[in-house]
Amino acid sequence: MSTPYAKLPAWADYGLIPLINLLVAFVVAGLVVLLVGENPLRAAVILVEGAFGSGQGLAYTLFYATNFIFTGLAVAVAFHCGLFNIGGEGQAYIAGLGIAIVVLAFDSTLPWWVVFPMAIIASALFGALWALIPAYLQAKRGSHIVITTIMFNFIAASVMVYMLVNVLKPAGSMAPQTRQFVEGGQLPKLGWLLAEFGLTVRPSAPLNVSFLLALVMAFLVWVLIWRTKLGYEIRTFGFSSKAARYAGISETRIIIVTMLISGALAGMMALNPIMGDQHNVPLDFVSGAGFVGIAVALMGRSHPAGIVPAAVLFGMLYQGGAELAFEMPNISRDMIVIIQGLVILFAGALEHMFRPAIQGIFASFSPRSVGITATKGERA
Amino acid sequence: MEFIDALINILNSTIRVSVPLLLACLAGLYSERAGVFDIGLEGKMLAGAFAGAAAAAVFASAWIGLLIAVLVSVGMALVHGFASITHRGNQIVSGVAINFIAAGSTIILGQAWFQQGGRTPSLPPEGRFGAVNLPFADALRDVPVVGQPYSGLLSGHSLLTYVAFLAVPFTWWVLFRTRFGLRLRAVGENPAAVDTAGISVAWLRYRAVICTGILTGLAGSYMALAQNAGFVKDMTAGRGYIALAALIFAKWKPVPAMFACLLFGFLDALSIRLQGSPLPIIGKVPVQLMQALPYILTVILLAGFIGKAIPPRAGGVPYVKER
Repeated sequence: MSTPYAKLPAWADYGLIPLINLLVAFVVAGLVVLLVGENPLRAAVILVEGAFGSGQGLAYTLFYATNFIFTGLAVAVAFHCGLFNIGGEGQAYIAGLGIAIVVLAFDSTLPWWVVFPMAIIASALFGALWALIPAYLQAKRGSHIVITTIMFNFIAASVMVYMLVNVLKPAGSMAPQTRQFVEGGQLPKLGWLLAEFGLTVRPSAPLNVSFLLALVMAFLVWVLIWRTKLGYEIRTFGFSSKAARYAGISETRIIIVTMLISGALAGMMALNPIMGDQHNVPLDFVSGAGFVGIAVALMGRSHPAGIVPAAVLFGMLYQGGAELAFEMPNISRDMIVIIQGLVILFAGALEHMFRPAIQGIFASFSPRSVGITATKGERA
Repeated sequence: MEFIDALINILNSTIRVSVPLLLACLAGLYSERAGVFDIGLEGKMLAGAFAGAAAAAVFASAWIGLLIAVLVSVGMALVHGFASITHRGNQIVSGVAINFIAAGSTIILGQAWFQQGGRTPSLPPEGRFGAVNLPFADALRDVPVVGQPYSGLLSGHSLLTYVAFLAVPFTWWVLFRTRFGLRLRAVGENPAAVDTAGISVAWLRYRAVICTGILTGLAGSYMALAQNAGFVKDMTAGRGYIALAALIFAKWKPVPAMFACLLFGFLDALSIRLQGSPLPIIGKVPVQLMQALPYILTVILLAGFIGKAIPPRAGGVPYVKER
């Protein structure tokens, strides 16, 4: 293992290697399907058809993708700073509280286009606040952010159960959730947009305006990371905290600001299921989207241009997976959890596994393309 | 007398809920002391519980269940090792992956093999680890002072419970009194020094990770084969993370680890018992607060307000040989 990683052409680095990693993840997932006694190829066909075969399916796919764009961006922003925000789940969950406060106060008096901006701010604020304490502890006290954000996920779950059961639940109701939002708290659906393209979408399809918000946020994250001074500082700090310190970048400030942004992005995810689909705040509405964000960010290589397609891919898995569960009784939606794990394993932890082999192939074709003047040591 | 009974009762359930925490916590201890962070304890426990319950159901033998649980758990630990030691991947990312793979595959495989909605069939008595009665437990029951704690508290647990508590001094002995332990701790603090001494860092870390796998396998077996009679989906329910919290709380030391696990177990047992009933002085405490307390305590500890938790220095950093 002492051969250093040589340079590869950019298209191989950003295209080929992630693709191979992804492929391996899906092949292994296919083996699991085989183990369960179903045909993996047929499963793949049902999955893709369920997700993209109809306007209705597509609307659901994009609805799920909306969640994962937000959480994927949240993880990615932190990644750029060398931080691992595993707490997207808790930040989004707590953001539901912020949304509940705003919407329950104004939904019967104001129209949605006034409530929505306030809810965006509330969700971002609550998500950011939930990330603030771990960020502060990391910056000032050196407590590992991974552990604190995990702990905060559990604390968030307890807080929300308490709030929903004891505070937000309307009197006389049994279900631990807020009352149903009226018109002002409901986001317009986007089904008509797909209908423009000649697809049939029933009004029940949950795709809504927050999808557009997610795309805007993806663009803003790109601007932030690659076109602003703050983004430059974030990347510098992530690349080498020593160099950043030498350049006069405040460690505390950059960690806290990055985590606030990350938490705010994760928090905005809550808008989609709450205001776009359920029209109330139920228990456990995040249902793993915060964790999917990790897979999405790793797959998209922490770049918005990669995160959006990766989010759509996971949206496809969620929607297609639901269809799959109908067709193949042995496969439930938990199959996605396996795929998610495999993607994280192969695109994340084992991302360098195939690199030496690919470099060997490249080197044997044209030594110059690999730039054999190997960069010495990539010691962390 | 009633108070004593209640106390014995609650301590008894403390022991029962602490055992999986303790085994998982010691498991994490080996790995993290060797410089490999492991947030995949949860997943390995879950996979172990499922494999153990499935094998015990098929072969109607608790021992075969235990063996398979340990094998599967070690297998997953080796995947973590392969990613984080051999390929120098991010250890956190790898641990997260293990958790997801375990969570998904136990449900999918359970449903496909047993068709009971992700459960394994209920185990017959020979497929479980039953209660072990210590000698004279019955005879001593009525002796005042010692009788109750001995027969009511110490006796009557499953074999794995005793194994778990014996693993504490054993782990202490291994870590602090053997050559392997010394090297294991050294590799977590300063792997370059170990390498210079001519000892393989990778092989040492692999052995630590295998120890982790064995112990999480035991933890899973305890849950599926002793505490319950079979596997239920997502049965670990975050215990791997509480174990991780306990490990930090104990500052990566075996004996404090036991007390941390007992404390968190006690909180758990108390919250089940107190459900809804008010406490003297404080009044009614929400169940959710009791459930969140281990996590809150860990955060406070991490913040350095109750002592300081300093992790092994080389933890989380893949070792690269100097060139």
